[in-house]
Amino acid sequence: MAHEYIPIFIFLAVAGAFPIVTLIAAKLVRPESPFKEKLLPYECGIDPVSDARGRYTVRFYIVAILFVLFDVETVFLFPWAVRFRQLGMFGLAEMVVFLALLIVGYIWVWKKGALEWI
Amino acid sequence: MATTLVSQHAHLEPAAGGLLTLSLGPQHPSTHGVLRLMLEMDGENVVSIKPEIGFLHTGIEKSAESKTYHQVITLTDRIDYLCPMTNNLAFVLATEKLLALEPPPRAMYLRILLNELTRLNSHLVWLGTHALDLGAVTMMLYCFREREEILKLFEAVSGQRMMTSYFRVGGVSIEPPLPFYERAKRFLGYFPDRVDEYETLLTKNRIWLDRTKGIAAMSAKDAIAWGVSGPTLRASGVALDLRKTNPYAGYDKFEFDVPTRTEGDVYARYLVRVAEMRESVKIAKQALEGMPEGPVKANAPHIVMPDRERMKTEMEALIYHFKIVTEGFRVPAGEVFQAIESPRGIMGYYIVSDGTSHPMRMHVRTPSFVNLQALPKMCEGRLISDLVACIGSIDIVLGEIDR
Amino acid sequence: MPSTAQILDWLTIAKPYIIMGLVVAVWPLVSGYIVLMERKVMADMQVRLGPMRVGPHGLLQPIADALKLLIKEDIIPARVDKWVFWFAPVIPVLTALTAFAVLPFSQRYFVAELNVGVIFILAMTSIGVLGIMLGGWASNSSYPLLGALRSTAQLVSYEVAMGFAVVAAVMVAGSLDMVNIVKHQQASGVWFIFYQPIGFFIYLVAAMAETNRAPFDMPEAESELVAGFMTEYSGFRWALYFLAEYSNIFVVCSIATTLFFGGWLRPFPNVAWLNFLDWAPAVMLVGVGAGCLYLAGKQLSAANKIGMGVLGAAIIAVGLAFGVPMVIDYVSGPFWFLFKVAVMIYMFMWARFTFPRYRYDQLMQLGWKWMIPLGMANLLVTGVLILVKMQYWSAK
Repeated sequence: MAHEYIPIFIFLAVAGAFPIVTLIAAKLVRPESPFKEKLLPYECGIDPVSDARGRYTVRFYIVAILFVLFDVETVFLFPWAVRFRQLGMFGLAEMVVFLALLIVGYIWVWKKGALEWI
Repeated sequence: MATTLVSQHAHLEPAAGGLLTLSLGPQHPSTHGVLRLMLEMDGENVVSIKPEIGFLHTGIEKSAESKTYHQVITLTDRIDYLCPMTNNLAFVLATEKLLALEPPPRAMYLRILLNELTRLNSHLVWLGTHALDLGAVTMMLYCFREREEILKLFEAVSGQRMMTSYFRVGGVSIEPPLPFYERAKRFLGYFPDRVDEYETLLTKNRIWLDRTKGIAAMSAKDAIAWGVSGPTLRASGVALDLRKTNPYAGYDKFEFDVPTRTEGDVYARYLVRVAEMRESVKIAKQALEGMPEGPVKANAPHIVMPDRERMKTEMEALIYHFKIVTEGFRVPAGEVFQAIESPRGIMGYYIVSDGTSHPMRMHVRTPSFVNLQALPKMCEGRLISDLVACIGSIDIVLGEIDR
Repeated sequence: MPSTAQILDWLTIAKPYIIMGLVVAVWPLVSGYIVLMERKVMADMQVRLGPMRVGPHGLLQPIADALKLLIKEDIIPARVDKWVFWFAPVIPVLTALTAFAVLPFSQRYFVAELNVGVIFILAMTSIGVLGIMLGGWASNSSYPLLGALRSTAQLVSYEVAMGFAVVAAVMVAGSLDMVNIVKHQQASGVWFIFYQPIGFFIYLVAAMAETNRAPFDMPEAESELVAGFMTEYSGFRWALYFLAEYSNIFVVCSIATTLFFGGWLRPFPNVAWLNFLDWAPAVMLVGVGAGCLYLAGKQLSAANKIGMGVLGAAIIAVGLAFGVPMVIDYVSGPFWFLFKVAVMIYMFMWARFTFPRYRYDQLMQLGWKWMIPLGMANLLVTGVLILVKMQYWSAK
């Protein structure tokens, strides 16, 4: 079983080598003439006035949390989907229950306004 | 240099309450020039907007004081580089008012024809860039395809594509070449089909509707209170179009409607401008068909430059030419304000003459400048994407704001 | 002297590595040509010509672009988080390229056949998000940060919808193995898109969002966020992001091809009287080659004439080789696979040049309030239909 993954790991190494080799190659041929203004962060041609890492909206966290919930759920669905034909009616009932629980939560989240952006 | 910039603008201090201060512009793809907007952002929401202008200041109003009236015409092109003819017209009309000079009817018709073409030109650039701001890349190329034809027409009459300087006090500079009328007619013939084409891409497009409907709405009351004019005002339901209400340059002889909407949002502004393009075609067609025969310059030898031909054969014409070129013509003392309907709104030229051949003072009331100040009113509390849509929809030209 | 059997044996062992080498060596060039294709398609839709200067019809443009990017100065702003900034663009390239490992270009050509191939690809594309997030964060500048936040939220949201669409297709196939999924389609004689039209629709929308393509190109919406998370990147580091983006497009289109369009199978693989379709690759290539030869005559400079002519001749030669019955068996798989992927990519481009961009909140709402419920409903309906069909067949 595991030997199927050997090419993948080698592939990972080769794929990893590609950007590194090209970056090194680029380093050898490219010019370098930095000066203070060039190294400023881009803010439409004006000096940045505040630190970029300020506060940002909490909605992004909500999305992240919802994502974790739903993504884990889809991961649970995969093995079920593969075995669906063997499980038959029982499998469908199981999944309806599983999804129902989730849908209740989903509706709650919707009603609470977590899916709104403005 | 960088640090001095910040200290010069002490009012632009970091936002309180941990909001993200973001500078949108001057070097930004969707501010339509070098406009800078200081934003305070809460996530994607724009809490406050402070427009900062002046990056394109050219000092045209001041330069005008040291130029003769004819020379100022070339400056007015640069005020709003998307509709040079409109600027020419406003200035020329103002000067003619001071001189009490009436241009011949053919010149009036030519002016109106070219003015409406200019309006089309300006609206096409607006539509293209506005759609581009909202991500519809292809629209821009389609609009510029038609604009190219208009620019070629401008080149045919004036030798210049953008900075035309074609109008003169007392008429227009020369009679356009004959093929011009033919080409203009052909263009006006197929242009409405092209507008249909734009509309198929946008008007009922679900995403376009989502992006523009109900966005940055402004009520008629607010719009009037903020001095907004042009299509932006008409989209809010006020049918103020100087071509209808205070006809100038002979617009009263033409049949056309003033399209209005009542919603006042980005979509309404889009619809109004698209409808205006169709109206402009109507006016331009009437101008072409009803074009009277006759000279294109008024019979006022001390003001209007003589033709080359006459200059070479008549002593008097040569003298007038020499006088006009070297010292310009004298304009009676007095002050005048002439407003016209530019593609962006009410554009007014205020000129004070002290009786010499130079304006003593010239001031331009530009629509973009006034419309821009309503931007925070329209967009505060909205998303940054709406802000971009709104900047596009009020159709500002920075050259006009900063002058 | 090794025997033929031995050589074949070695080849079987070496095959994954040969394909691997080919992918890593050729892919950057191919992605360059996808960019050229995009520019040409865009130009065509926008009544203009597109790149025409470098080589005949701009055919050498990608090479010129790559060289230009290679010798461009790499500006690393002073306030950035150096290590993260350096490393961030490598991640998406790494994951996007690794996802190629399980793509079945044909029955024969793939690097690895995993029994969880689909999940592997989804996992790889998810990890790619990290590169965008870290890149935006490390830049320590407002626009990249906003872009990265948008991007992360968008990608994770649509990943859920994409997951649902893929699960539905997996239900029909009953396997997570990319090769097996195609074999199932061969066995049933129908592409899964006909079983899963809604699933495909959800997948398509989610895939466009996943790869930051218009109308969902929020993270790099240039009219709002200038260049999104890539704003501070320049030179080859920027090129890496670009490479990753186009690799991802290829990967999601490949998944779509595998799950919904029968992978390497030619249209109607089981219909014998349509066997002449096996000749389609040869005919198409010869046609393209002939087109090149025709255009070669119209080139102005001698160099362009020769270049275009040689290209045309080469394509015709390859096309003729594809016509040899023994070869057909080996090449028709990759040909159809790549052809279908190309059509999918063309659809992506078509959408990009036709639609305006969604607003960010609308995009999130579309994902959470439409795509995810639709995906769940699709899943349940699919389950019921499969059961009904099973009952029906067993009763018969």
